[in-house]
Amino acid sequence: MTNPPPIKMARSGPVADRIFGWLAKGAALFTLGMLIAILMSLIISAWPAISKYGLGFLISSTWDPVKEEFGGLVMIYGTLMTSAIALIIAVPVSFGIALFLTELAPAWLKRPLGTAIELLAAIPSIVYGMWGLLVFGPLLATYVQMPLQAIFKGVPYLGAFFSGPPVGIGILSAGIILAIMIIPFIAAVMRDVFEVTPTLLKESAYGLGATTWEVVSKVVLPYTKTGVIGGIMLGLGRAIGETMAVTFVIGNFNQLDSLSLFQAANSITSALANEFAEAGEGLHQASLMYLGLVLFFITFVVLTLSKILLSQLKKNEGAKT
Amino acid sequence: MTSSDLSLQSVAQDQSRQARYARRKFVNRIALTLSLLAMAFGLFWLCWILVETVRLGIDGLTLDTLTQMTPPPNDEGGLANAIYGSFLMVLLATFVGTPIGVMAGIYLAEFDTKGWLASTTRFVNDILLSAPSIVIGLFVYAVIVTSFKSFSGFAGVVALALIVIPVVIRTTENMLQLVPSGLREAAYALGAPKWKVILSITLKAAQSGVVTGVLLAVARIAGETAPLLFTALNNQFWTSNLSSPMASLPVTIFKFAMSPYENWQKLAWAGVFIITIAVLGLNILARVLTRNKS
Repeated sequence: MTNPPPIKMARSGPVADRIFGWLAKGAALFTLGMLIAILMSLIISAWPAISKYGLGFLISSTWDPVKEEFGGLVMIYGTLMTSAIALIIAVPVSFGIALFLTELAPAWLKRPLGTAIELLAAIPSIVYGMWGLLVFGPLLATYVQMPLQAIFKGVPYLGAFFSGPPVGIGILSAGIILAIMIIPFIAAVMRDVFEVTPTLLKESAYGLGATTWEVVSKVVLPYTKTGVIGGIMLGLGRAIGETMAVTFVIGNFNQLDSLSLFQAANSITSALANEFAEAGEGLHQASLMYLGLVLFFITFVVLTLSKILLSQLKKNEGAKT
Repeated sequence: MTSSDLSLQSVAQDQSRQARYARRKFVNRIALTLSLLAMAFGLFWLCWILVETVRLGIDGLTLDTLTQMTPPPNDEGGLANAIYGSFLMVLLATFVGTPIGVMAGIYLAEFDTKGWLASTTRFVNDILLSAPSIVIGLFVYAVIVTSFKSFSGFAGVVALALIVIPVVIRTTENMLQLVPSGLREAAYALGAPKWKVILSITLKAAQSGVVTGVLLAVARIAGETAPLLFTALNNQFWTSNLSSPMASLPVTIFKFAMSPYENWQKLAWAGVFIITIAVLGLNILARVLTRNKS
């Protein structure tokens, strides 16, 4: 007996296929819609502040919820300054780690060490924040800030960088905690792009008698330049958008009256975390939303740059092999 | 030129070459030493943070931590309602976010790999993957909290789900691309419709990878504080009611750690210990799963 397969079965294919395809496409469109919705909702909620202050918001440093006067300069300064400190510390260290993992470490150590660095990236930021506030901050104050203040006491200009109460809270602590947080991200990306370098290129250089450092600085780095910068941008994006680690240690102080690295300050993210839930509806909330919009804009630009740079490496790779 | 001149010259050349070689070796040694130090520096922080977390965390951890409600200042208590709230919100967010993420990942890997929609989605997804999570919180506040006029566990679930989606999309797409096309073609040759090929052949082959992605997403949202601050807010009491504010472990830790009360700080350390163990455990589990596969 050879019955033909029921016709209904054969027809259910196309219909189910179409439904499945729509579902998949819908999910993809949903993701696109999410970005647009985030942007729109931020602009709409921030509109009262945008229409009142315009771009002047970005360069005004008054933040006075009582008098309803708002300007974002203090927070924007805090965000940029802490991220800059974080990058200054994190970039060389991450480079060293990536160099160690790709060229130096014996094969049996590569995997466990790489995993350890990646696990460092997985620890929730609130752990870093709390550790920074309760463990690291006091140590920083006692062993770094107080000696520095003693040395630079009375020195004009330079002294200003280290003034402030020795409590271990401020821009420098936040920058250091951020650096510890983004080191694993940057190191992992750098390691991955270093491994993209064709072995042939490296072996040729070694064959000519180059030392390990010469191979890395004259062959690997030029080859992976865009990827390395992309990785750094990715880390910068993280640092700018990080909330909890910064909120714990930056001190939430809305005035910009000294350039001291130990002065309590504020960043966009910590202002949002601390004030938003209590902000009354109206201008205060709209101004915070405006800050959120600025934050989203900055990270958007940084991440887009990082993505473009990283994809350029892939293109080059295709062209050369 | 006499022969002695020539040999003198070659000696001088040889010397300068030797000197240059010595300098190159010296520079190399310095660079490699610095690289070793950088590695040690990175591991140093990891060890320090973990040791402090375990030391202070175990110190604050008692049976009460897991069974009692969050206390008022200077009183005995635990973190039971916060742990339950976190668990509930993470669970629901995973259930909401995973199907959307998996479907979008399928779209990118199986339906439209090169079109404008796919490349735009991939780009947007990468942005969302590293977008500041506090902005997600602002978005959910603007859309949900203001329209329902109250903070709610439901809003917290939405915020966390929005963070799950990009992580799942990324891993699903990557894992589906690893499935050899021979498998797909064999299934098509047998006359299977596309949805069946995807659901029972490719997705099944990529199963452990997709599960890994979900685990990583869970690990990520379990520690997220920022998007919950003004969506789920906090609650001192045990609640399963999603339309009321809901406590979560990270937000409770934030509140307790910033307070001057000693018992709150102790509980915060216990909470940090629980979160760290959970997140690292999930990450290690995810790694083991993918390693078995490859």
